[in-house]
Amino acid sequence: MGYPHPSHPRETVVLSKHFGDPAARTYQGWVQRGGYQAIRKALELGREPLIELVKQSGLRGRGGAGFPTGLKWSFMPKDDGKPHYLVCNADESEPGTFKDREILRWTPHQLIEGCLIEAFAIRAAVVYIFVRGEFTEIFPVLDEALREAYANNAAGRNIFGSGVDIDIVVHRGAGAYICGEETAMLNALEGKRGNPRIKPPFPAQAGAFGLPTTVNNVETLAAVPHIVVNGAEWYKGLSRGNPKSTGTKLFSVCGHVQRPGNYEVTMGFPMNDLIHDLAGGMRPGRTLKAVIPGGSSVPILTAEEAEACLMDYESIAEKGSMLGSGGMIVMDDTTDIVKTIWRYTRFYAHESCAQCTQCREGTSWTARVLERIIAGQGKPGDLDLLLDLSEQMTGKTICVLSDSCAAPVVSGIKKFRAEFDAYLSGSRTPALQAV
Amino acid sequence: MTHPNATPLETAAYEPVFAGETLTRLEALYPRYPTKQALLLPALWMVQEARGWVSEASMAEVGQVLGLTPAYVKGVVTFYTMYHTHPVGRHFIQVCTTSPCGLCGADDTLEAILRESGCGQLGATSPDGRFTVAEVECLGACGFATPIIVDEDFVESVTPERVPGILARYQ
Repeated sequence: MGYPHPSHPRETVVLSKHFGDPAARTYQGWVQRGGYQAIRKALELGREPLIELVKQSGLRGRGGAGFPTGLKWSFMPKDDGKPHYLVCNADESEPGTFKDREILRWTPHQLIEGCLIEAFAIRAAVVYIFVRGEFTEIFPVLDEALREAYANNAAGRNIFGSGVDIDIVVHRGAGAYICGEETAMLNALEGKRGNPRIKPPFPAQAGAFGLPTTVNNVETLAAVPHIVVNGAEWYKGLSRGNPKSTGTKLFSVCGHVQRPGNYEVTMGFPMNDLIHDLAGGMRPGRTLKAVIPGGSSVPILTAEEAEACLMDYESIAEKGSMLGSGGMIVMDDTTDIVKTIWRYTRFYAHESCAQCTQCREGTSWTARVLERIIAGQGKPGDLDLLLDLSEQMTGKTICVLSDSCAAPVVSGIKKFRAEFDAYLSGSRTPALQAV
Repeated sequence: MTHPNATPLETAAYEPVFAGETLTRLEALYPRYPTKQALLLPALWMVQEARGWVSEASMAEVGQVLGLTPAYVKGVVTFYTMYHTHPVGRHFIQVCTTSPCGLCGADDTLEAILRESGCGQLGATSPDGRFTVAEVECLGACGFATPIIVDEDFVESVTPERVPGILARYQ
């Protein structure tokens, strides 16, 4: 196992600085690289100034929603006398996204330190790190890192002699994309089916076991120690001019690029450079056709839109898509857009928890209609049917899984309609056998 | 012919999973959670580790240990894809075929695995009992297409050419 690429000179390595360095995985190795200073500083600083610092830094949730992290922490009650929980979302499974696994497998102490700081800030005595069941290589790494953290009094009773108790528990998921949705994750943790819950109440009021809980993504938590050590101004300074999108972000680039991998750049970095320079550009003789910029749940961008886009929350929104998880799926001119979108819809149909009708029926029928189109058996009006289904699936369910299924369909039909029409008119050879 | 996903009936007398060392391991987890029910996923993992799959008898046993009904446990087991509700081959292979990997040749890799393993089709076990192959949705390793999991081993960048060599490691 190795990390696939040395850092590119145009990357700004903060979170990924020690990826690929096995010595950074050990407690001593992490301490030698400046680790576990942030938690000591946080303990001295106190809870309220700490939350204020994270608010000032502009850090936003890296799991997909981009919600301001400090604000989320501040929703936790202060004097309720109840147990509080922190749940770390390590259920990375958004197609196109593979950044959290690198944080987990190379720098487990970076995550543990982030968890300790937040747990202290929100008065949580227990942290559950919910790791997707399929991440088999992560479990031994995390278990060993936690064993060392306990042995060095960084976790457990009276951490670093501060009088603060914080336990960290790794909880293994069992295969369900929907458990990445925070309330579904809480149900899975409680030993239930992973169905998302109706909000409100929000987790800060009634989360895990009915008690105040904050759920944060791995990458968000990993950024926290750096903010505590270097300050909010430093973090804000890592932005490229947009004060609403600050810091660095790990972008996972996959698909038809020559050097797929994770690239850490400052918010606002040009997407064009990320694809054509850092990730090595297209394969010889190929041209860019489309990009899904934030994991499969966000609308597709054409090559022109992508090449003119900056990688921050607002700039991608201006182009009609979302930054999401930062999982970029790059497609060249050989891509069959219809088939690719069909495969996404099959993903959502498989992963729907099935509690909302619009999602259970909508994802499944969307996949089936697309399947018949690429099998050469599409009917006139199928595209209108798909658009109608998508409308029924957007904004009408408990969570956004069905919205996520609709996003690539609607944007795909809007931007690449000719490809759908080619299947419908019979001018394109069916890509699937009729069923 | 039995449906490949049919739950086989337990014929032999049932030996409990949660006895001796396994029960001690489960009980050691109790203080980490405020409820016993929260131990359901960990307990089911222990069953699968011990038996290779989760039978209805095991679901009833887990229910008894944690104070849940067998029907409730079955409801949870069947929600998640990773618990096997029927026996599988000695080695269980999961192949990612979601779109990002699909763009990079996952279908060819899957075909090679189905052929070389002798399984022939998804969900089937090879005649020698060695392998069962399943498709899996996004393994979170899209930059290293095609990722597969064999038992507990994560293998990245699998191409059709690499398949025979990888399978040879698992007898």
